[in-house]
Amino acid sequence: MKKKLTGLVIFVLVLSLALMGCSSSKSNGEKGKDDGKEKSGGVLVYARGGDAVKLDPAAVTDGESLIVAEQIFDTLVSYKKETTEIEPGLAKSWKVSEDGLTYTFELQEGVKFHDGTDFNAEAVVKNFDRWANGNVEKFPYYQSQFGGYKGEKAAVIKEVKAVDPKTVEFTLFRPQAPFLKNLAMTPFGISSPTAIEKYGDKYIENPVGTGPFKFKEWKRNDTITVVKNENYWKKGLPKLDTVILKVIKDNSARLNALIKGDVDLIDGLNPSDIEKVKSDKNLQIFERPSMNLGYLGFNVTKKPFDNVKVRQALSHAVNKEALIKNFYEGTAEPAKNPMPPSVSGYNDDIVDYDYDLDKAKKLLEEAGYKDGFSVDFWTMPVVRPYMPNGQKVAEAIQADFAKIGVKTKIVTMEWGTYLEKLAKGEAPMYIVGWTGDNGDADNFLYALLDKDAIGSNNNSQYSNDEVHDLLIKAQTETDEAKRNDYYKKAQEIIHNDAPWVPLAHSVPQLAGKSTIDGFFPHPTGSQSFADTSVK
Amino acid sequence: MVAYTIRRLLLLIPVLLGMVIIVFSLIHAIPGDPARTILGQLATKEAVADLTKQLGLDKPLFVQFFDYIKDLLTGNLGTSLKTQSPISHEIWPYFGATVELAVVAMIIAIIIGVNAGIISAWFQNSWFDYIVMLIALIGVSIPIFWLGLMEQYVFSIKLDLLPTTGRDDIRNPVEAITHLYMLDTLLQGRFDQFIEVIKHLILPSLALATIPMAIIARITRSSMLEVMRSDYIRTARAKGMKMFWVVYKHSLKNAFIPVLTIIGLQTGLLLGGAILTETIFGWPGMGTYIYEAIEFRDYPVIQSGILILALVFVLINLIVDLLYAAIDPRIKY
Repeated sequence: MKKKLTGLVIFVLVLSLALMGCSSSKSNGEKGKDDGKEKSGGVLVYARGGDAVKLDPAAVTDGESLIVAEQIFDTLVSYKKETTEIEPGLAKSWKVSEDGLTYTFELQEGVKFHDGTDFNAEAVVKNFDRWANGNVEKFPYYQSQFGGYKGEKAAVIKEVKAVDPKTVEFTLFRPQAPFLKNLAMTPFGISSPTAIEKYGDKYIENPVGTGPFKFKEWKRNDTITVVKNENYWKKGLPKLDTVILKVIKDNSARLNALIKGDVDLIDGLNPSDIEKVKSDKNLQIFERPSMNLGYLGFNVTKKPFDNVKVRQALSHAVNKEALIKNFYEGTAEPAKNPMPPSVSGYNDDIVDYDYDLDKAKKLLEEAGYKDGFSVDFWTMPVVRPYMPNGQKVAEAIQADFAKIGVKTKIVTMEWGTYLEKLAKGEAPMYIVGWTGDNGDADNFLYALLDKDAIGSNNNSQYSNDEVHDLLIKAQTETDEAKRNDYYKKAQEIIHNDAPWVPLAHSVPQLAGKSTIDGFFPHPTGSQSFADTSVK
Repeated sequence: MVAYTIRRLLLLIPVLLGMVIIVFSLIHAIPGDPARTILGQLATKEAVADLTKQLGLDKPLFVQFFDYIKDLLTGNLGTSLKTQSPISHEIWPYFGATVELAVVAMIIAIIIGVNAGIISAWFQNSWFDYIVMLIALIGVSIPIFWLGLMEQYVFSIKLDLLPTTGRDDIRNPVEAITHLYMLDTLLQGRFDQFIEVIKHLILPSLALATIPMAIIARITRSSMLEVMRSDYIRTARAKGMKMFWVVYKHSLKNAFIPVLTIIGLQTGLLLGGAILTETIFGWPGMGTYIYEAIEFRDYPVIQSGILILALVFVLINLIVDLLYAAIDPRIKY
C-alpha cells in the first residue's frame, strides 16, 4: 500500500511538472504566434465590466452594447477621432437648405454590408423607416434624439427619401440644431436591410453593418468576437485581425488580467490603481476626455429648497476640491456649470460659488434658517464614471453641511428604485450624474433642467420659463454662435437659481499594454478600434 | 430500497412546488421597477408605463404566477427580458460552466478535506493536527474575493504559472459541445486546449473549494475521533492490525455518514455560492447569470436560475440519502 501511495504522489508531481512545462512552452509558442501575426494585425483583447445587452445599436442605450456596435456599424456622419465635431461617414458630403429643414446627403460609393449586399440610399431609407415605425421599447434613442416616432407630434423627421441610389434626402418638421450630431451617434448605425429581414427578432444577436469589423461570435457574459472586414471601404483599415471583448466584472481582477497579459486593454481602472499602472513599464494609461457631470441636486418644489437663498447657501458649503482630491484621486475637475467644458456653448465666465462657510451661514440666516434644518440626503448605490463612491461623497458633504447647522440623514436604495423615485421628485436632496450622449449642450441642459424634462430627468423639478425659452430657441437655431449665446445665458440663470451644486467632471481611466498604438478613448464613451494596432 | 427511492422521488413534487412558490414571491418582493431598469436613465414616464404593460408586470401577481406554472409544466422556462431569448436555450452554457467548476472544486475539497481530517484524527494533538485545524479555521473565515485576488497575484502575476481569468485561452477559444470544456476538448482531441482548460480551472476551483474543504476536514476529524474510540476499533488494534487498515477501512466507513451529509450540503451551497468566485475569475457560470439577472430585474431568469440550482440541490440530497443506505445497511427505510 505504501508503494501505491508513493506511486500516487510521484504521479501527481510528474503531472504538475508536465502542466507547468506545458505552460511555459505554450506561452513561448504563443509569443511566436503573436510575432507572426503582427504583420497582419493581431488580436486585441479588451476587458470590461459588463456584457452587451443587444447588438442592434438602435435597440439599446447602454455603453457596453454600443462599443460593440461601434466596431460593426458606420453612421452617415461620424465624430472626429478625438472630439465630437462632425466629419463624413457613410455620407461623403451633405447640403443643408436655408431654412434648415432639408438635408441632402451624398453617399460613399462601392460600400458593401458584411453580408455582401450593397449599401445605398434605399438601405438608409429602410433603416430610418424601421426606427420611425418602432416604439420606445424597440428603439429608445430614436425618440430621445429625434423627438418621436412616425405620426407623433414631437417628431423631428418628416420623411427620408432616396433621390437616387447615391443620394438621400431628409425632410424635417422643424429645424433641429444638433441634427448632424444626433445622426453621428452609434445607435443610428446603418444595418443591412437584408439581414434585418433574414434574422427578424434574432437580429439583436446577428448584427450586419458596413463597419471595420464583422461580428463573429457571442458567448454571453463572457466574450464577443469581431473579425476584420477585409473589404472595408476606408483604405488600410482596420489594422487588427480580431477584437475580443471580454467581461471581467471585478475591477481588481481585470487589472490582474492585464498585468498577467491575459488581456491587452481594460476600462474602469480604479483611480487608486493609477500609480500602479504608471510604475509598470509594460503598461500605459489612457484618459477619456471628460463629457460627464456628477452633481448634488435640490428639489426646488420642497421646503426649504424652494428658497433660492437656501440653495445658494448650500452651494457655498460644498468643498469640491476636497471631494476631487479624496474620492476621484485627483482625476476630475471641479464643475461650475451643469455641462462639461468640452461641450460647445460652455460658459466659462461663470464664477463658481466659493467654499465659504461664513457666506453660507449668512445666506441661511437671510433665508430664515438661522439654526439650520434637518433633511434626508439621497445618494446613489452604484459606481458610475461621474461618481466613484456616492456614499463617501455624501458623507463628506454631510460633514460640511453640519458645520452650518444643516443636519442630513443619508438615504440610499437599489439603483432602479433610486432612479424611479428621483424622476418622481421624491428626493429632497440627492446625488446623481449624467454622461453626455452626443456632445451637444442640448443633451445636458434641455435633457436635465428644462421644464419639459420634469418627470423624466429633471429630478430637481426645476422650472424656469426664461431658461425654457432659451433652450427651445437654441434647439431650432442652426447658427452655432447664436446657439452658444443662448446656452451661455441659460447657464447664467441656472447658476443664480442654483437648483444644483455641480460637483465634478471626471476623467475616466483606461489601461493597456504599452504596445498598443493608435487607440484614443472618445469622449462619448466608446470608440472604434479601426485605427488601433498592437506593435 | 426501491420503494424508498420511489417514495423519495414522489416527495420531490411538493418540494419543488414549494420552491417555485417561495422563489416567485421572493423575487417579486425585490424593490425597483424592471421597466425602469431596462430602459435606463434616459427613459420617459410613458415609455416605462408602456414596457411595464408589455411585460405583463401590470397584471395581478397570482395571474403572473399561474402563467408561470403553466409554462413550467410545458418545459418553457420563459423568455429573458434582457436578451429576449428562451431561457431554456441560453441557460446551458452557464450551467455547464458552473457544474464543471463545482465538480472540480468538490473533488479537491473532498480529497484534501477528508484526508486532512483523517490524518489529524490519527495523530490527534500532534503538530500536524494543530496546523490542519488552524488552516481549517482560517479556511472557513477567509473572504473568497480576497483569496481569489491573492491567488491571482501569487500564481499568475508573480509566479506566472496559471492564467488569471476565464475558462479557456481567450485567443484560442474552445468550441463548446456539452459546455463541459474538459469533456469538449477531449471529444475534439484537442489536448493543448484540454491542458489550458485544466490550468484555468485550478485557481477558481481552489478558491471555491476552500470553505467546503475546511468544513469537511473538521467534520471528518471529529467523526473519526469518535469512531476510533469505539470498542471494535480497540479490538482491531489489539489484534495487531496495522494502523492504516484500521483507519481507512474499519473507521472511515462508519465515520463517513456525517461527512457525506456535509458533502451533500456543501455541494449545494457551492453551486449557489459561486457568485464571488465567478466574478473574480471572469467565469461565465450560473452565479454570473443570476447576478446579472438580478441587476437587470430579469424576473424570468432569476426564477429559472434559482429553480434549477434548487432542483440540483434537492437531487444531491436525494443521492446522499440513498448513499447512506448503501454505505450503512443498518439504515433501513
